[in-house]
Amino acid sequence: MEYEVVIGLETHVQLKTTTKMFCGCSTAFGASPNAHVCPVCLGYPGALPAMNQEAIRYTVMAGLMLGCKIADYAKFDRKNYFYPDSSKNYQITQLDYPLCLGGGVEIVGEGGEKKTVRIHHIHLEEDVGKLTHRAGCSGVDFNRAGTPLMEIVSEPDMRSADEAIAYLTALREMMIYAGVSECNLEEGNMRSDVNISIRPKGQQAYGTKIEIKNMNTFSGIHAALLYEIERQKAACDAGQALRQETRRWDTEAGETAVMRSKENSDDYRYFPEPDLMPIALSAEQVAAWAAQLPEAPAKRRERMIAEYGIPEYDAGVLSADRALADFFEATAKRCGNGKLASNWVMAEVLALTAKTGVELSDSQLTPEALGDLLKLLEGKTINGPTAKALLPELFEKGGDPAAMVKERGLGQVSDAGAIEAFVDAVLEANPKVVAEVKAGKGAAIGFLVGQVMKQSKGKASPQMVQELLRKKLA
Amino acid sequence: MPGFDIDRVAHLARLDLTEEERTTFGSQLETIVAYVDRIAGLDVADEKATLHGHQVNNIFRADTPVEGLETEAALANAPARIEDEIRMPRIVE
Amino acid sequence: MELHKLTIAEALKGLREGTFTSVDLTQALINVMEASQADIHAYVTIDAEGALAQAAECDRRRAAGEDLPMLGVPIAIKDNMNVIGQPCTASSRILEGYVAPYDATVIAKLRAAGAVFLGRTNMDEFALGSTTQTSGFGPTENPVARGCIPGGSSGGSAAAVGGDLAICALGSDTGGSIRQPASHCGIVGVKPTYGRVSRYGIVACASSLDQVGPMTKTVEDAAILMNVISGRDPMDATSLDEPVPDYTTAWQGCDPDQPLKGMTFGIPEEYYGDGLDDEVRAFAEAMKARVVALGGTLKPVSLPHSQYGIPTYYICMTAEISANLARFDGVRYGQRVPCDDVIEQYKRTRAEGFGAEVKRRVLLGTFVLSSGYYDAYYNRAQKVRTLIRRDFNQAFAECDALLTPVTPEPAWPLGVYQDDPIRNYLSDVLTVGVNLAGCCAIAIPAGTTQAGKPVGIQLIAPNFGEMTLFKAAKALELPRA
Repeated sequence: MEYEVVIGLETHVQLKTTTKMFCGCSTAFGASPNAHVCPVCLGYPGALPAMNQEAIRYTVMAGLMLGCKIADYAKFDRKNYFYPDSSKNYQITQLDYPLCLGGGVEIVGEGGEKKTVRIHHIHLEEDVGKLTHRAGCSGVDFNRAGTPLMEIVSEPDMRSADEAIAYLTALREMMIYAGVSECNLEEGNMRSDVNISIRPKGQQAYGTKIEIKNMNTFSGIHAALLYEIERQKAACDAGQALRQETRRWDTEAGETAVMRSKENSDDYRYFPEPDLMPIALSAEQVAAWAAQLPEAPAKRRERMIAEYGIPEYDAGVLSADRALADFFEATAKRCGNGKLASNWVMAEVLALTAKTGVELSDSQLTPEALGDLLKLLEGKTINGPTAKALLPELFEKGGDPAAMVKERGLGQVSDAGAIEAFVDAVLEANPKVVAEVKAGKGAAIGFLVGQVMKQSKGKASPQMVQELLRKKLA
Repeated sequence: MPGFDIDRVAHLARLDLTEEERTTFGSQLETIVAYVDRIAGLDVADEKATLHGHQVNNIFRADTPVEGLETEAALANAPARIEDEIRMPRIVE
Repeated sequence: MELHKLTIAEALKGLREGTFTSVDLTQALINVMEASQADIHAYVTIDAEGALAQAAECDRRRAAGEDLPMLGVPIAIKDNMNVIGQPCTASSRILEGYVAPYDATVIAKLRAAGAVFLGRTNMDEFALGSTTQTSGFGPTENPVARGCIPGGSSGGSAAAVGGDLAICALGSDTGGSIRQPASHCGIVGVKPTYGRVSRYGIVACASSLDQVGPMTKTVEDAAILMNVISGRDPMDATSLDEPVPDYTTAWQGCDPDQPLKGMTFGIPEEYYGDGLDDEVRAFAEAMKARVVALGGTLKPVSLPHSQYGIPTYYICMTAEISANLARFDGVRYGQRVPCDDVIEQYKRTRAEGFGAEVKRRVLLGTFVLSSGYYDAYYNRAQKVRTLIRRDFNQAFAECDALLTPVTPEPAWPLGVYQDDPIRNYLSDVLTVGVNLAGCCAIAIPAGTTQAGKPVGIQLIAPNFGEMTLFKAAKALELPRA
């Protein structure tokens, strides 16, 4: 039978606040166990939560980025369940009045068409601690307990593993863009619970939903989905009924396995958190935060293609990173040639960052300097090799390209007389090569060009050198 | 009181009850539930819930670090530890 | 001079004038405290050494010319408040061994004001009770009405102050836990407006109802303590940013003969119903007459949903405590019954660590929140709370404060009614409404029954109406015996 796959994701995104959701402890990753803890996040007797405003702002920014409606009333609730990684045996979360409602993420679907994965809502909650299982016992570390997490809940709009990954990739890009999360997958900044079911093609009703918990790599999610789709199809084909259950992806075995339930009966006894007051943001407040919001990456991509005339591929690479896109646009504006700026940022600048291992933001290269350099190139004041030779220095130490060119006499020689003198000297010194060229070995002309450039100390216009050589050897 | 399942409630609350407690609490709680049930007759369909003795919105804290507890201080109260973690029986997930 | 019998105001005067030192005062108290433990048992922990060291430090500071609102004045602290370096058990076995690594905000404020911490007073386990008999460390006896309960849950604090075993004390009030024991022990007790005093560092009973308040020998002392502990605390998101007036000025400028002139006192008929003890009613009537004699006006008002106070309170409160007490699981602090299985460990730790009343209320609270019952109980109770609050608001539209008894009857003998939870719950009938509504109230002594049992009277004012309370209470306060 032919089946349709239905996938929905609940994605936990760790906000990049300095401190935890409800206390002043650091959220920094990688500390020794129980180093970032206090009476609040340890659930000590008498300790109380106090809301981190930055977490609220980031969540609202994320919501605005995804086109959500910002709730005019939101509140926190307690979700009650006993588990050793929970310091209070309840989690502070949002049950029925989340901060953001609706919205969506645009992806390219299975058939290459654009489609929107709708967002149901975004709510804010606190993370739990970490359990380490050892021989004969388990250990609890509460460093992570209380870290602010946004839970972005999608509608069941994805129809394949690829669409799920496309959604997560776009979501990740948007969250980084909005500046609300590092979305560092290795550090578990973005973890998803995956809901997947299948149904016979054409059927309206959803099939039995399986949840795969706590996945933090995209490749893992992709593999788990492919496995789970096949497992469910095989079960349905064999006429076996699927059970609604929570499963875990076992990377090594390459399969999903049923998880032991956290609470035998899922009765979380939610009720409004009495230690916190509700949130009712004014329209002015939301508007002020909206004004800080950068353009969404997809929109920016389209605008950059139109505005600078650059290829879609370039626009994709440049817009994927907000800082890089900002750098490119500033460079393009400075030099007045978007295509040239794009070529240089994509090829030369990114090559330099790769070669040196220094991030663009940590280098001394400013878009103003690069723009000026490209202006000198475009105006033929310097030639390409000179520009390329100057770039590493600008990257490492910074500086004003025009002043450097002037000081070091790097200006391109485009005086035909001067170039002719170099050419004549080279032709005279290399009779064998001249003969080869004349005999039809066209490639040998390159050697002669190189010799002329050498004579001119690299300053001759390569174009004029070529033209002159061809004329003389014709 | 139909539905008052003392075993289920005790499990949710993570409380072991002795046979005697099951019986005593069971009957006492049935009486109490029957007593508090007198709010059932009130018409509150149009009322909003009161969550606090005093209601205001948007009480926030700035995202600035506050000194917490040293690891040793945090573990000093723990009944059992293993290295810098709190020791628990092995948990099967 | 019997130093232990002093009020805060008297102690401050003596300390300022150099009549005695804080060490003298503290030592005098420790002597009576230790001597009384065997019969009264007001304290679960007495910190003689720590208190004397603090007192000596206060004396040094005073000698150096410093003066602070409480410099050198000893205070007793209810055992549910964190004081750094001290045990804090909330009178529960499950917290044995726990040492507080931080100060509650009220403690930090008292410390900054120069107070000396004498020790920790007994209470009902986790403040769940109204007799102090649910304490995991044995009951406290009423120091005035001997053989009787001191009331609760702040029974140890009330007994300490009423028995001159402390100059003053802090208590906490979730449904009457300051006012009812104050009434039974013949002292003054204030339940401040919700959000007036920080709850940070107070072992939570019911978060939406709890408030910390003074328990003192006089109205003036209560005002002095309120000045120290009030105010917004960034660590308590439910504490409010309302200005803190100088409460000791509340009664300034009153006509000495007619101090209540221009004030109207509402008399809610529902609080004077059939269940009232005759002597309690007589004292209330006497107090009404006193209002009139002092220039005030009486006005009948109604709080029509009063009969729903107890059911609503026991639903809201138990729901909140079922979650608030979930953290007592033997993982991070306190007692643990080690087991191989984690769920088993939770269940046995809590079974052994909690007493019967705690278990009963945790079970009830778990039930009212559980799937299928939430709407019928918890959600409905929160809405009834709105009705109760509205009752108070409407009454306050017609008067400045309400005048009511605190408890339906005087303190009863130790040991009785212990197997009858509802009988115990009903003793809160005149106090829970205030917590549900969030407003403030004060209990002051109204007299002593023929059997020698103290009886108090309650004044209730709107949210942040503490100045009204102090003004009226100061006028109505009877001369001390």
